[in-house]
Amino acid sequence: MKTSVARLLAAGLALSLLGVACSDDDPAAEGDEATTTTAAGGSGSSAGDEAATPLDPERATAAATTYADLVFTAYDDTVTAATELQEAVDTFVAAPDEAGLDAAKQAWLDARDVYGPTEVFRFYDGPIDDPEDGPEGQINAWPMDEAYVDYVEDDPDAGIINDAEGTPEITAEGIVEANEAGGETNISTGWHAIEFLLWGQDLSDDGPGARPVTDYTDSPVAERRGAYLSALAELLVADLTSVRDEWDPEGGAYREDFLADPDQAVTNILRGMGALSAGELGGERILVAYDTQDQEDEHSCFSDNTTADVVGNARGILVAYTADWPGVEGTSLSEVVAEVAPELDTALRTSLDETVAAAEALEPPFDQLLTDDSGREAVRTLGEDLQAQGDVIADLAARLGYEISLDI
Amino acid sequence: MTGAPPPTLPPGRGRRLSRPLLGAAALAAALAALACSGGAGGEAAGPSPTTAARRAPAAERAAQGGDATVAVAGAGAYAQPVPGLDPEQRRFFAVGNNFFNDNWVTAPASTTARDGLGPLFNAQSCSSCHFRDGRAQPPDGPDDPERGLLVRLGVPAADGSVDPHPTYGEQLQDRSVDGVPAEGSIVITTTERPGTYADGTPYTLREPHYEVLDADGRPLGDDVVISPRVAPAMFGMGLLEGVPAGAVVAAADPHDADGDGISGRAPMVVDRETGQPVLGRFGWKAAEPTVADQGASAFRADIGITSPLRPEQPCTAAQAACRAGPHGGDPEIEGERLGRVTFYTRTLAVPARRDVGARPTDRGEDVFTDAGCAACHTATLETGPADIEALDRQVIRPWTDLLLHDMGPGLADGRPEGDASGTEWRTPPLWGLGLLETVNGHTRLLHDGRARSVEEAILWHGGEARAARVRFAALPAADRRAVLAFLASL
Repeated sequence: MKTSVARLLAAGLALSLLGVACSDDDPAAEGDEATTTTAAGGSGSSAGDEAATPLDPERATAAATTYADLVFTAYDDTVTAATELQEAVDTFVAAPDEAGLDAAKQAWLDARDVYGPTEVFRFYDGPIDDPEDGPEGQINAWPMDEAYVDYVEDDPDAGIINDAEGTPEITAEGIVEANEAGGETNISTGWHAIEFLLWGQDLSDDGPGARPVTDYTDSPVAERRGAYLSALAELLVADLTSVRDEWDPEGGAYREDFLADPDQAVTNILRGMGALSAGELGGERILVAYDTQDQEDEHSCFSDNTTADVVGNARGILVAYTADWPGVEGTSLSEVVAEVAPELDTALRTSLDETVAAAEALEPPFDQLLTDDSGREAVRTLGEDLQAQGDVIADLAARLGYEISLDI
Repeated sequence: MTGAPPPTLPPGRGRRLSRPLLGAAALAAALAALACSGGAGGEAAGPSPTTAARRAPAAERAAQGGDATVAVAGAGAYAQPVPGLDPEQRRFFAVGNNFFNDNWVTAPASTTARDGLGPLFNAQSCSSCHFRDGRAQPPDGPDDPERGLLVRLGVPAADGSVDPHPTYGEQLQDRSVDGVPAEGSIVITTTERPGTYADGTPYTLREPHYEVLDADGRPLGDDVVISPRVAPAMFGMGLLEGVPAGAVVAAADPHDADGDGISGRAPMVVDRETGQPVLGRFGWKAAEPTVADQGASAFRADIGITSPLRPEQPCTAAQAACRAGPHGGDPEIEGERLGRVTFYTRTLAVPARRDVGARPTDRGEDVFTDAGCAACHTATLETGPADIEALDRQVIRPWTDLLLHDMGPGLADGRPEGDASGTEWRTPPLWGLGLLETVNGHTRLLHDGRARSVEEAILWHGGEARAARVRFAALPAADRRAVLAFLASL
């Protein structure tokens, strides 16, 4: 590892130098822009000694178009699943009972399976996580500030739900406003806030949270809790819809920008794959939980759904590359890469298949894996393999002449 | 690169100090030499003999963090790990990155490793101010959600020094958890200050004025001493920590014995564990001796997260609600996890310089040096032995001497801290400066972000740096542009 990194850096700096050291020295050329090159410098990339093999622009456009179709279709399916969740929530809130709560929980779990793969569409400041107005933080913030929303173990009166005086009426707009009042978003909305209101705090060692249905029937704030839950579901659908529409083949604004520059598009695709693999999934979600060994330091900690989240994310990295999604047709990035660098395509396909299989082989729940010796080994191995897979993606990008980094 | 021989591996380690050309940089230099020798451009691009003698080879200057340099020039330029981490170190980096980025939440929460926010705080995470491990900017107005500026507080003491504010302590925390009153807010007004270069070209500086209001909107009082600061960039701190204290102290000239008008002082602070004096290195006034100390102090004062190094909550005796507020365990971030954040901070790599060897930047480097800027923004330092290979015995180019300098009344905050007086600041490193806009989307500089550009930052220099600023202002426009081109290449 170390030597290859040094070689890459050396090659990159040498390139920079070659651009200038051999150029004409014209004293009159005040303000000349130097012709320098910056090498691909992903953490641990090692393709520096291979000459870049650029994609044919038409083939890059083909792969980018298929990817854009994939993004739209996957978000559209997510909107459908989230709408089913919203309907289940509204049905439950209108007439709360055990069956309705279970149905809403199942709808949440089902929708998470569809959403998981779409996380690979992040990390390049697209519609989902544009630093100006991307709703990612509002959709999927973690950890969530439970006590900001509802009662917690040691504080029965905590949260907006129990504060009728401070927040007389609970609406989606009001939640967004309150969420942003502190100047930072991300604390009281999205998937995990809904999860918290359905499952409640996970206080047991061997099961998910067990929020009683009486929270929605016999509690003095039962109606407020129901209103909060409904508002969250409404907000989730609205946010996902806004992201989907940016990718609409019929006039989606971001899609048009994305396809206008096929090289940047392919760079973004690979950046999303690499950053999710090495940074977000391998690092943040797996190795951090492994390292901290906190039973609840896992993403879907109320429902114990984290293992399924991991599978969804791992599949997303594969799907971004193969475009293998129901209803999506066209040339995948994998096919285009295979035309110019078949050995790198094979290496990445193999790695993607293996990491998805390893994720699927994890025995849920994730929090139990973290405290069990063989489970820990499997978790650590998967995390390290996903980080190594990030290097493979960065290498592939470098071979195509693109620079991606794996930071998140 | 076609036709160039494949790079050979760097020689084994352990000979670094006797070998000024290091690792990757040495290779790059060798490659460049090879590629040019015998070619049509063989004699080209040579700077004049005098400057050539002064400047190091371009590849060395580009690798400004030594082996801890990465050639990434995009939005992630400040966020890269140093090359060569093993899988375990990479995990530590990921864990530290996570605790740096993720929000802390109110206790109690299911995520017990991440609760304990506040009760008083400025931000919920490190990254909300150090966005992309970069530098913050001050808010543009009362409705600007930008939160990268905070205010240290004090009241004058009888002996002429400054004590913590009796109610609010050493820092104004403008946010708080539910049920605990926040401390107040900051109002910033500005005055435009016009000036002219020697050649008649006009410029305008924007001078900020600060007023601190309590929670009811009343001014805190005229006797309050305040020091506004923006969050600085994070990368390269492991290298700066590794520069032997003796080398920093040796470069100090507290009484200006050499008569150059510059009297750098080595900031000596008290090691909290041993009670012994140690070199202060981090923070705008170099009050913190180590990366771990700096991190622990920021966790406590800025986010309200206690640690083994800073176990006390950020509440004064006068703040009953804060003292009774929700706490997330004792400590709220345990030693091992603080250690991961420290590891992460130490191993954030330095971005490589761009355009080294180009005429404007090289000329700018010479003018920068000739104008006296490099007297404090020192060109090179060397690190000592380190446990992480990329940090071990490196020649680095942070463009700082790590010393305290009197920067004159224009920049003075009047609030002593650590070993620094109310007019002194530690020379900030300049590496990575040219990537600030790419990474953080702004070019706000100096301790409170008052300068809107590198040029304005130079023009604010006073005190010991006054002569260098005057020389800069007297330069022909082309030379001023060259200096800015040089700084943009860092």
